[in-house]
Amino acid sequence: MSTGNMNLTLKVWRQKNNNAKGALVDYKLADISPDMSFLEMFDVLNEQLINKGEEPVVFDHDCREGICGMCSMFINGRPHGPKDLVTTCQLHMRSFKDGDTIVVEPWRAAAFPVVKDLTVDRSAFDRVIAAGGFISVNTGNAQDANNLPIPKMQADAAFEAAACIGCGACVATCKNASAMLFVSAKISQLALLPQGQPERYRRVQSMVAQMDAEGFGNCTNTGACEAECPKGISLENIARMNRDFASAKFISEETV
Amino acid sequence: MSGFGNAFSSSIGKKFIMGITGLFLILFLIVHCGINALIFINDGGLTFNVGAHFMATNWIIRAGEVVLFIGLLVHIFQALRLTLENQKARPVKYAVNDGKANSKWYSRSMGLLGTLLLIFLVVHLKDFWVVSRFTGIPTVDANGHEDLYAVMKEKFQDPVRVAVYILAMFSLCYHLLHGFASAFQTLGWNHSKYNGIIKGAGVWYSIIISILFAAMPIAVYFGLIQ
Repeated sequence: MSTGNMNLTLKVWRQKNNNAKGALVDYKLADISPDMSFLEMFDVLNEQLINKGEEPVVFDHDCREGICGMCSMFINGRPHGPKDLVTTCQLHMRSFKDGDTIVVEPWRAAAFPVVKDLTVDRSAFDRVIAAGGFISVNTGNAQDANNLPIPKMQADAAFEAAACIGCGACVATCKNASAMLFVSAKISQLALLPQGQPERYRRVQSMVAQMDAEGFGNCTNTGACEAECPKGISLENIARMNRDFASAKFISEETV
Repeated sequence: MSGFGNAFSSSIGKKFIMGITGLFLILFLIVHCGINALIFINDGGLTFNVGAHFMATNWIIRAGEVVLFIGLLVHIFQALRLTLENQKARPVKYAVNDGKANSKWYSRSMGLLGTLLLIFLVVHLKDFWVVSRFTGIPTVDANGHEDLYAVMKEKFQDPVRVAVYILAMFSLCYHLLHGFASAFQTLGWNHSKYNGIIKGAGVWYSIIISILFAAMPIAVYFGLIQ
């Protein structure tokens, strides 16, 4: 890995396990390249810690291409750091200045318990999806796609909602640790398409009930989630979820 | 589950209640502000007292007053409940949280602004509502109506009270700046053709209502109206 000329002070949240008490620990890093990604900078830190015989910092990451939704660092008070529309892995050290102090914390939410250091357990999202974020189809040959004409605007809106990678930045930044942007995106991507219609009102009720059961907070429309979302998921999805929820509860005769 | 199930106890249902009661209170403020603005006719409060007399004696209005208090209390208690739940949703706070990078300060401070408004409301109800409904307005005007305007003139001779009222209207303005558009978003009214109108109406509404209300103690204190 190329060396550079940046000197940084990191304040990293270290926590042995979910029951342990954590704290911010200071680390000095020298000769960091501005071309490194934020996670590569953490790789350098971890190599140094391992060489010194210390425990490396545990953090989530997978594709490092900004599409998997695994990386989850709260950097200087913002999820995925200071840049808009990027994940932590796509954040580069050129976004910081030589001599900067960078505070790195895990996502903070009752529904996202800390596993270790910067890694949190986001399986609450999986359970919300399992509660209804799918369509039921019979097996067999896929029918011709043109059998189901879908207006372009509708298809685009569904696709934009489907861009959600489930990283949890919306929960992390929300002052109420609310998951409504995530849940509404997962509801909208199906509610906007014909294949999602048969289970539409059942789905919204089940997924919202699971979201509440997981202990996420209640939305107060600050818009922080939309501003911080690395995929630019819109607040329109939350309004759509609310409409569907109202339709399901007050108009639909089907009960869950 | 049958019927409405958890329609109002779920996270979205609780938001609906906040939004609906909020819009109801927004409508009330228009009536309240409109009638009070009659003092600016500058006829020694005669027209204003006609309005006040109507509001105090008409049975539909009095029944509406009960609904208003219920709406207000539901708005307050629901807000309290939501705030406590939301605090529980993040038991460990961030060491550094750059809220201003992604949201307006007043959208994150609705609880604080609402609490300030509640404190103001206690003072305000004691100043006027208790007097007009219970302890009685001491004098009558030339038309023989209870002279609520005289009570107003007397109360707003106190500079501390005037300052409290003006500060409260700042709280009201910011509370409404977020609350107005937020209520529509909560109720699902997010539509590219109407978003601009809703946002614009919210800003104008918040500013006009707050300035009109704040102008009342200022005008009385400085003797700008008779």
